[in-house]
Amino acid sequence: MWSFFHKLGSPPWLFGIAGSILRWLLPITLVALAVGLVWGLLFTHPDFRQGNSYRIIYIHVPAAVVALAGYYVMAIAGAVSLVWKMKMADVAMRACAPIGAALTFIALVTGSIWGKPTWGTWWVWDARITSMLILLFLYLGVVALYEAYDNKEAAGKACAVLSLVGTVNIPIIYKSVDWWYSLHQPASIRFTGGSTIDASMLYPLLLMIVAFYCLFTCCLLMNMRAELVEREARTNWVRKLARAGEARA
Amino acid sequence: MSPASRPPATSAFCLTLVRRQLTLAVRRPVDIGNPLLFFAMVVALFPLGLGPAPDKLADFAPGILWIIALLSSLLSSDTVFRSDFEDGSLEQLLLAPQPLYLSVLAYILAHWLITGALLALVSPLFAVMINLPSAAIPALVCALALGTAVLSLVGGIGAALTVGLKRGGMLISLLILPFYMPVLIFGSAAVRQAALGAPAAPYLAILGAMLCLAIALAPLAIAAGLRISVDA
Repeated sequence: MWSFFHKLGSPPWLFGIAGSILRWLLPITLVALAVGLVWGLLFTHPDFRQGNSYRIIYIHVPAAVVALAGYYVMAIAGAVSLVWKMKMADVAMRACAPIGAALTFIALVTGSIWGKPTWGTWWVWDARITSMLILLFLYLGVVALYEAYDNKEAAGKACAVLSLVGTVNIPIIYKSVDWWYSLHQPASIRFTGGSTIDASMLYPLLLMIVAFYCLFTCCLLMNMRAELVEREARTNWVRKLARAGEARA
Repeated sequence: MSPASRPPATSAFCLTLVRRQLTLAVRRPVDIGNPLLFFAMVVALFPLGLGPAPDKLADFAPGILWIIALLSSLLSSDTVFRSDFEDGSLEQLLLAPQPLYLSVLAYILAHWLITGALLALVSPLFAVMINLPSAAIPALVCALALGTAVLSLVGGIGAALTVGLKRGGMLISLLILPFYMPVLIFGSAAVRQAALGAPAAPYLAILGAMLCLAIALAPLAIAAGLRISVDA
């Protein structure tokens, strides 16, 4: 158990293990994405009310779910790096931020594309849309703070503190935006409630959510490997790696 | 160790810190005046941009006043630790035997007294300028007093994380504006309710709860941020 914990702190070991996880996770992810997309986009029934336009749900919902989960992954990695001074948690946290920001952006864009035919408008100041927008700002804040520091070790710590502050704040922001929405606007457009989703639409959606989680993990591992090589560019194992790569090419 | 060289008690130490920050501010009255001047100028911008119709201005007044309070708190929070970081006294503070949690709280208290509390006191003047119904003015003062204290604490986190950076100014707004949003929502809701004649107390109570949470947790983050910035 403890030797595993210590190995986690070793960059070459982590680089190798991330590579071997990727070797089987990446194909699984691609297959799941392909199956989920084809199933959801081609083989489910069109919705009774929304026709075919609802099919964007197979991208929108998984992106939103994983974007939210990604923030917690980032914050937990940040806490681990602050408490146990584990450098690799730092790398993971750093790798999370751009992926999370991209997923949040995808969720917002697909949401507004979905909104045009169903609600007749690209953007509504709905509670959930507003919270997702704030989540995007939180992610971008972490990226901006990391880039502003020259000393990358301090940058990692500062981002860890910021993401922890964000974790405490996210429930408050969500609750207050909810409150603001119910105070502010008549409930002209309803997101939730009413119809529950049919099983024939639910299964491809669940598959897509799993596929997006795998995709997040793959991107995270690839980002971590890239970050590791960049940070350790002057060490022997990276030089050996580069030489091996040259020899193969 | 002789009694004379014993470190001062924590409470006396924090009081000294607050007094020092206030003295520094009073010696440079421009620093106190600038946020107020900023507030007055932006208030003047809104009628120019939205049109001078009194009833329209009155509708928007709670939001306008709160957004300006947010911005002026944001602009002043960048400077909380900067001069002390540059002349090295911040490092002395980190080395001092007194708990950093409390000395950070003293810094924030001084910052709030100079910016937020003062802003809350003069806000009725600006409220009258943009036609806020006079029934809402007590709620505005209370909401601003509570809310700007939260803003000072949260802004302190951003200031602590960016104090070591040369280009901190724009960054700090990116970092902490998302955390300002709950305060904006409940602060402006309190004023709007009071303007409609409804009780503002529930919203003020929530602002008070946010303040309690911020007092409990923000100094921890600020202290951690200061240690990172000084080490970097």
